[in-house]
Amino acid sequence: MSDETILSVKNLTVDFNEHAILSDVSFDVKKGEILVVIGPNGAGKTVLFKALLGLIPYRGEIKWQNNVRIGYVPQRFNTSRDFPLTTEEFMQLAPPKNNREALFRSLKLVGFSGDEHHLEHHILGRKLGLLSSGELQRVLIAAALLDKPDVLLFDEPTSGIDIGSEEAIYERLKKLNKEENFTMLLISHDLSVVHRWATNVLCLNKKEVCFGEPRVAITPDVFKELYGEEKSLYKHNHHEMA
Amino acid sequence: MAIDFQFITSLIIGIAIGAASGFLGAFMILKRMALVGDALTHVALPGIGFALLLGINPFFGAFALLFLAMILIWKLEQRTDLSIETIVGIFFASSLAIGILVIPDLELYEALFGDISRVGLWDGIFALIAAGGIFIIMIKIADKMLMGIISEDLAISSGIKIRRLNFIFLFLVAVIVALGVKVVGSLLMGGLVIIPAAAARNISRSFRQFAFWSSIFGLISAGCGIYVAKIFAILPGPTVILFSAAIFLISLIFKRR
Repeated sequence: MSDETILSVKNLTVDFNEHAILSDVSFDVKKGEILVVIGPNGAGKTVLFKALLGLIPYRGEIKWQNNVRIGYVPQRFNTSRDFPLTTEEFMQLAPPKNNREALFRSLKLVGFSGDEHHLEHHILGRKLGLLSSGELQRVLIAAALLDKPDVLLFDEPTSGIDIGSEEAIYERLKKLNKEENFTMLLISHDLSVVHRWATNVLCLNKKEVCFGEPRVAITPDVFKELYGEEKSLYKHNHHEMA
Repeated sequence: MAIDFQFITSLIIGIAIGAASGFLGAFMILKRMALVGDALTHVALPGIGFALLLGINPFFGAFALLFLAMILIWKLEQRTDLSIETIVGIFFASSLAIGILVIPDLELYEALFGDISRVGLWDGIFALIAAGGIFIIMIKIADKMLMGIISEDLAISSGIKIRRLNFIFLFLVAVIVALGVKVVGSLLMGGLVIIPAAAARNISRSFRQFAFWSSIFGLISAGCGIYVAKIFAILPGPTVILFSAAIFLISLIFKRR
C-alpha cells in the first residue's frame, strides 16, 4: 500500500435548514485503503457521501487527489418494475460508450456467471426493474466499475439483499481492491463488514465519533455513543467488542 | 384539388406533431409529469386569447404563456417543500378560466378543441421543422435525461447538468404543446402527449422500444384521427384523442406477454 493520500477531509460540516446534519468531520484515505463508514440511521452517512461527491453544499475542506475518477453506487434507485429500460441501456447511459465486451467483463467482475449468451439474455436484455435486488446492486457496481474508477463509493442498501450474496459482493470487492489497487469507501450497516474488510473505520453520529483502525477505534464507549446502551448489549456477541 | 392540398398539409402537420408529442410524452411519463403536463396545456388558452386581442399569431401567444408556466414548474422542481400538484391545479385551472373569458366566442371553440382544417403551407413547414428539431435535440440528450430520472445523484456525480437539461426539455414541451393546440385544442393536448406514451409503456421492455412506439402511436393517432374526422366531417381533435385511447386499450391486451 502506498502512502499517497487520495482523499483528505477537514472539518467537514453540512447544514440543512440551519440544522447541522454533520459537524466537524475529518479523516484521510490513502490509496488502496478500504474505509468503512458506520453509524445509526440518520447519522449522516449518505450525506457524507453526497458531500464527497459534490452533490450538496458543505463547509470545511474536501480534497481529492487530482484527476481522481470516482465510481458511485447509490443506495436508492428510482426504477419501478415497469420502467422501460434494459440493464444494457442503463449501463450505457453514462458516457463514454462501452462495447459489449466491456459490459461482459464488468458483469463478471461483480460475480455474474455464465457465458455471454446467458448474460445477454438474463441480465443485459432484461428490464432493470425486473432484476432481483441483489442482481440490481451488482449491476450498479458493475456500471460504476465500467469507467475504471480509482475510488468506489458504495452506499450499502439497508435491506432486501440476502446475507449470502452480500458476503459474496464484499469478497469480490476485496479481491478487486487488492488486484487493481483501488480505494473503497463503504457505508455499511453491518459491523462484521468493518471487522472483516476495513483498513480504517469512520464512526458517525451527526459528528465524528471515531476514526482509525477498527480494533483500536471501536471501543465499547464509542459503540455506546453510536447505538445507545441497549443495542450495545444486544450486539455484544462480536468477539472484538467484548 | 385545392381542398386536397389543404387536407394533405393538415395531415402532414398532424402526423409530425403527433409523433413529436409521443416522443416527448415518453419522457413526461418517466418524469411522472403526466398530470402536470396535462394541466399545463391549459395555459395555452389565455395565451391564444391575448394573441388574438393583440392581433398576433396565436402560436406565439400560446408559446409565450406555456414557456412562462414551464419556467414556473422548472423553478418549483428545485423546491421540495411545495406541493407542485396543488399549485399546478390552482394555477392552471385559473388560466383556463382567464382564457375562456378573454377569447372571443367565435374562436373559443377552436382554441379549446383545435381545428387543423384551415392551416396554411407556412404553418406546415414550421411544424415540420419544429418536430424534426425536437427529435434531434431529444435524441441527443435522452441518455442524460434518463440518468437524471433514474438517479439524480448518479447523474450529477457523473457531470450531468440536470437543471439545464430540464430547462431544454420543458422548452421543447412548450413548443410542441403550442403547436399541438392547433391539432387537438388546448383541452385535449395533454392527451396527445400522455396517451401514446402510456400505451407504449405497456408493450416496451427497453427504452428504445418505448420511445419508438410512443412516437409511432402519436403519429398513428394523429394521422388516423384527422383522416377519419375528414371522412365523417367531425372534429379532428377529439377523434385523434379517441384513436390514441383505443391504441392504449389494445396495448393493455399485449401487456406483459
